Amino acid sequence: MSAMPFEDFETAYETLAMAIDTAGPEREALFLTRLALVLGHELGDVTAFRNAVKAALEGLE
Amino acid sequence: MRPAGKGALDSLYFDYPIFKARRVPELDGATTRHPVLIVGAGPIGMTAALVLARYGIRAVLIDRKDTFNDGSRAICIARPSMHILERIGAVAPFVEKALGWRSGRSYYRGEQIFRLEMPHPPGEKYLPMYNLQQQYIEKFLHDAVAASDLIDMRWQSELAGVECHADGVSVRVSSPEGDYRLNASYVLAADGARSPVRSMLGLRLKGDNYEGRYVIADIRMDHDFPTERRAFFEPSGNPGGTVLIHRQPDDIWRVDYQLREGESEEDAIREENIRARVGAILADIGYAKPWELEWWSIYSANTLCLDDYRHERVFFIGDSAHIVPIFGVRGLNNGLADAENIGWKLALVLHGEADDRLLDSYSPERRGATLDVFANATKSTRFMTPPTRGWQLAREAALSLSLRHEFPRGLANPRQMQPYTYAESRLTPHPARDAEFAGGPLCGSAAPNAEIADGSHLLDYAGNGMTALLFCGGGQPDAEQAALLAQLGRVDKRSVALLIGADHPQTGAKAIPDRDRSIARVFAAEPGTFYLLRPDLHIAGRWKTVVPGEILRAATICLGSETP
Repeated sequence: MSAMPFEDFETAYETLAMAIDTAGPEREALFLTRLALVLGHELGDVTAFRNAVKAALEGLE
Repeated sequence: MRPAGKGALDSLYFDYPIFKARRVPELDGATTRHPVLIVGAGPIGMTAALVLARYGIRAVLIDRKDTFNDGSRAICIARPSMHILERIGAVAPFVEKALGWRSGRSYYRGEQIFRLEMPHPPGEKYLPMYNLQQQYIEKFLHDAVAASDLIDMRWQSELAGVECHADGVSVRVSSPEGDYRLNASYVLAADGARSPVRSMLGLRLKGDNYEGRYVIADIRMDHDFPTERRAFFEPSGNPGGTVLIHRQPDDIWRVDYQLREGESEEDAIREENIRARVGAILADIGYAKPWELEWWSIYSANTLCLDDYRHERVFFIGDSAHIVPIFGVRGLNNGLADAENIGWKLALVLHGEADDRLLDSYSPERRGATLDVFANATKSTRFMTPPTRGWQLAREAALSLSLRHEFPRGLANPRQMQPYTYAESRLTPHPARDAEFAGGPLCGSAAPNAEIADGSHLLDYAGNGMTALLFCGGGQPDAEQAALLAQLGRVDKRSVALLIGADHPQTGAKAIPDRDRSIARVFAAEPGTFYLLRPDLHIAGRWKTVVPGEILRAATICLGSETP
């Protein structure tokens, strides 16, 4: 997986935080699932997607 | 179930005949051993009897009921099943009565998100799917059964016991005329999902049960919509549950709806609740005219099957061997393929034309087909009835994205299945030959059809033994090819040879004109290409140019010869 320049990544982080608030607590799970499907499709690489899912699942408290 | 005040057989459109028990020879001391006893005169048992009759084999067919199925149940007949019905001489009333279709629509919150178009190559004789109520399916098959001198149909005759012996099966039968013992060389258990034969032999289905439950309800209404499969996800008429709508003949419509989580089954099947839910669904699709309630039932998705479809001299066919979710419409269709598969094999064995080793291939081939259905059905069932929060959320995300994006729409594809490919069967000994071809049907798959200039179809000319297709490209068979065809005729006396694109027929071989090479294209064939079809029209093997040793070996293996 190629990494983003830090500034861009920080923008992505802020965009995500604001979008979760826009979706609201009732719809945040649906929003995040939709986001994951859209990103997975854009990524075009099921191995990279699986790795991303694994990284996000690991260490969930 | 039917509305209050109506009897179990009090249908709006179907007159149930009542069949009496007959006094049979066994009650007067006859002890003849019958070649085949078939338990259960549903669509699968009757088809099995008709397949055997096609080969001149007699069968006794018993059923504990006195008439046909109480409801419409299995309503989708797939193209390969139409070919089976054609080969047993029963297809004409199906073509006349059933509603053919090839497309469907899926909706999410009222908006169309997926258009299903099932493949329909131009040379095919039948549409991909036909809708017909199970009572009619049984009636049309029964008309053919009643017209056959080879089938001894015994209604109101219930199996009371079964004993397997080395050389046959002995059963006890109870009927209003009396109880008797009956002996048969082989038994076909077509006695349905709750198979008494299976229980009596101590066998169990294994597999998974799914959570989602569906009510299936038939109504009569004057609704102007083409014959298509419609699936509604999250419709306002049935919040939290999926709805399916299918058209059937006689203005009967099937409305299937998923029950909400935690909804009690007992409440769900009360007439007033059925009427309320169906009414809401009809309002949702814009139907405002009167409608009548015909029949309803409840269903939950299972993937269950036997470890082995054979127990000594007993073969399980249809729902007695496997229970599959309804969404892929494979219950009836796979059962019909079971009946045909065991039918031709058993007939050739009983005639002494094939070694009884051939019967060993029944379970691997047909159980393989079931496992293939399970793999697909598991996907479609998880989509139709998401089992957990994760599956629900993923489905909601995918469906809601489908409103504006193309990429998730395929997830709403109902995965109506193609017939199973026997690529791994021992009766398909040379699958590596597929590598010689740039396309065309694979070894083990069902043969495609092709239209001939006179309006007939290629598969009309297939025989009830092996069928050889030799592509001649405008010429005639050479000496090696002619010798091969002659030898095939000696190996299998039923074999039929078709010379595709030949100028004129040869001794024992029919010429099939192919001036525009359309048949050759369907089979990715060049002059000299050879296809060998089994009696059920699956491809036993294909060769770019003839390899007589391999071809004859494939033919003998299909007749039960040893070592592949």
